[in-house]
Amino acid sequence: MKTKTISLEHGAGGEVMQALIGDIILKNFQNKSAGSIGLDSLDDGSTVRLEDLNSSSELVLTTDSHVITPAFFPDTNIGRLAVSGTVNDLTVMGAKPLALTCAVIVPEGFPIHEFEEIIKTMDQTAAEVGVPIITGDTKTVEKTALDSIILNTAGLGVTDSPVRDSGLKPGDKILVTGTIGDHGISLMAHREGFDFDTDLVSDSAPLWKLIEPILKLRTPEGEHVITAMKDPTRGGLANALNEMAAKSGAGILIEESLIPYKPAVNTACEMLGLDPLEVANEGKAIIGIKAGFEEEVLSILKKHPYGKDAALIGEVTAENKGEVILRNRFGGMRYVDVPSGDPIPRVC
Amino acid sequence: MENGKSLSKPAVSEFEKKLIERIKSSEVSLRIMHVCGTHERTIAKYGLRTVLPQNIEVISGPGCPVCVTPEEDINIAIALAKSGATVVTFGDMMRVPGSAESLLDAKSEGADLRMVYSIDDAVALAEKKPELEVVFFGIGFETTVPANAAALLKDTPENFSLFVSQKQTPPAINLLASDTNVDAFIAPGHVATIIGTKPFEPLAEKGFPVVVSGFEAGDVLLGINLLQMQIEKGISRVDNGYPRVVKPEGNTIALKMMNEVFESSGSEWRGIGNIEDSGLVLRKEFEEKDAVKKYEDLYSAPLAEIREKAEKKDKKRCICAAILTGKAKPSQCPNFRKECTPKNPSGPCMVSQEGMCYNWFKYSREGGARLA
Repeated sequence: MKTKTISLEHGAGGEVMQALIGDIILKNFQNKSAGSIGLDSLDDGSTVRLEDLNSSSELVLTTDSHVITPAFFPDTNIGRLAVSGTVNDLTVMGAKPLALTCAVIVPEGFPIHEFEEIIKTMDQTAAEVGVPIITGDTKTVEKTALDSIILNTAGLGVTDSPVRDSGLKPGDKILVTGTIGDHGISLMAHREGFDFDTDLVSDSAPLWKLIEPILKLRTPEGEHVITAMKDPTRGGLANALNEMAAKSGAGILIEESLIPYKPAVNTACEMLGLDPLEVANEGKAIIGIKAGFEEEVLSILKKHPYGKDAALIGEVTAENKGEVILRNRFGGMRYVDVPSGDPIPRVC
Repeated sequence: MENGKSLSKPAVSEFEKKLIERIKSSEVSLRIMHVCGTHERTIAKYGLRTVLPQNIEVISGPGCPVCVTPEEDINIAIALAKSGATVVTFGDMMRVPGSAESLLDAKSEGADLRMVYSIDDAVALAEKKPELEVVFFGIGFETTVPANAAALLKDTPENFSLFVSQKQTPPAINLLASDTNVDAFIAPGHVATIIGTKPFEPLAEKGFPVVVSGFEAGDVLLGINLLQMQIEKGISRVDNGYPRVVKPEGNTIALKMMNEVFESSGSEWRGIGNIEDSGLVLRKEFEEKDAVKKYEDLYSAPLAEIREKAEKKDKKRCICAAILTGKAKPSQCPNFRKECTPKNPSGPCMVSQEGMCYNWFKYSREGGARLA
């Protein structure tokens, strides 16, 4: 490309836009077809071939828009967030991701090399879970209308047995797939210039390969071992656990000493008066499982790099319906409230 | 990381567990009042009431600076803004209801009310915008007074003045000690950092065990245990349970600055009334920085309007006064968790992060998390 920044013409539907799509988008997306018509065809839509369906198969459709300032952060960018977010929404529904879409709204003046970097990152992230990006849309707007890039991804998945966030039953155990608060705190530290720990980076990651093996687990009676799942993004663990408790009509008791944190997250939260339970994650899942299967599920999760810090953090109770209680290291208990707003604005 | 072990938790749980055991081993019944919003936050956040035995009751006194600021001072701040001044204050203050409306309500009607993090931001605003008449609405206890004194001891621009609504803690505690059914006091560690431990000695002389405590869960537990030990020995004195920060003489530099700029006066406390020597006014040399005197002629008309509006307003049945003096718990208020929530507070105790009702709403609900 000759120009260095996005102009309004890049979204105008003409030759300049075709060049942007060809030189940046088509060139950098490797996996872009899920059927006979894919992204390269630049047709009005793309097709998804459905294989191995049975009478209980259902398609799952989800969509998510991503706005984040800045678009580049430690040590990735909005592209990874946009793919991971949608893959994870499908994953926690128990659905195998079949195809993604990619719609981009870019302000004029946005550097083209950054745009290309974002596209490359989307491709790499999607490749981790083998999901193609099969269709998309590009729009440009005046720089007075938008200060950074917006990405929307929709995702299509398939499942034989959807996992709900409302399926918890008293006695179930609660697991989390890794350290909490990494995304929110790394973003804030990066924005504000705090140097808590050079190793602290966003946890943004697509979780399908981590979760896929545990979806197959069944009890001797043939029931699903996984009873509920949710990804604790904005509002953190506090928001996700409250939603799960309320929708399931059960209580949740979590043990503070079992919750995995990175030291830098803990330090930052102490210093800034934030509650790590309320800080956003972008590569974690909360999983409800039937009691007695904790060790089996944890050993499977820990084999995957994204699950190496997975931990049992609590259990589901019959009492305190709809409430989340935290028990601390010396036995003190408090309610975990639904956060009133995000303590760190616009991180995903 | 092994499952079940945190990556970073300090190994202090044994310290806290031992203190809890020691507290439980004493059979003395004790009703303890703390007078600091941050202590209430520690107690609620760490669920301390859920681990203390039934013979130990910890109640909250008037320790939240936003909560004790009287409605009339909020009315005056609004009137100052409505008469054309730019009134700046701490964020927590914005949503506290006055007798007719909050600062935020007045802001939405067009009054110039702004949030700042410190008096220095307010002075900087006055310097940057000479066309504004900037008034800093100074609230809080001895912890925030030295910063205000320091700002005035430097040259501040002519368009900057201070609306002093600040309070001194010991006179209020002394008053409560003669009025409330309390056996012992946890004195505020932050305030004692400035004023030292001596101002709490009159309380001990009246027969109340006093401990100055810090703000970790272990600090508060240690404080409770030190009070039990005093009771068991039949003594009353001021123990310093926060020696890593608090010196008996306090911060003498800060005290000197306070004394240079301010002098004691009577002051109105929300829920309590006027307490002799519990307030501060600017000394004569700093009179020209007193916003109330400077703009007296301008704000009296809007203030009269606010008072008139307040007369017509339905009074909500908020029991703030009883809560601030330790005579009632938030769960005894008919509004608590119903019409009064942090999003829609009926009284100041639900607004501030240091407020009793806010902390109960967020962490304790009806008095503490319990497993059925």
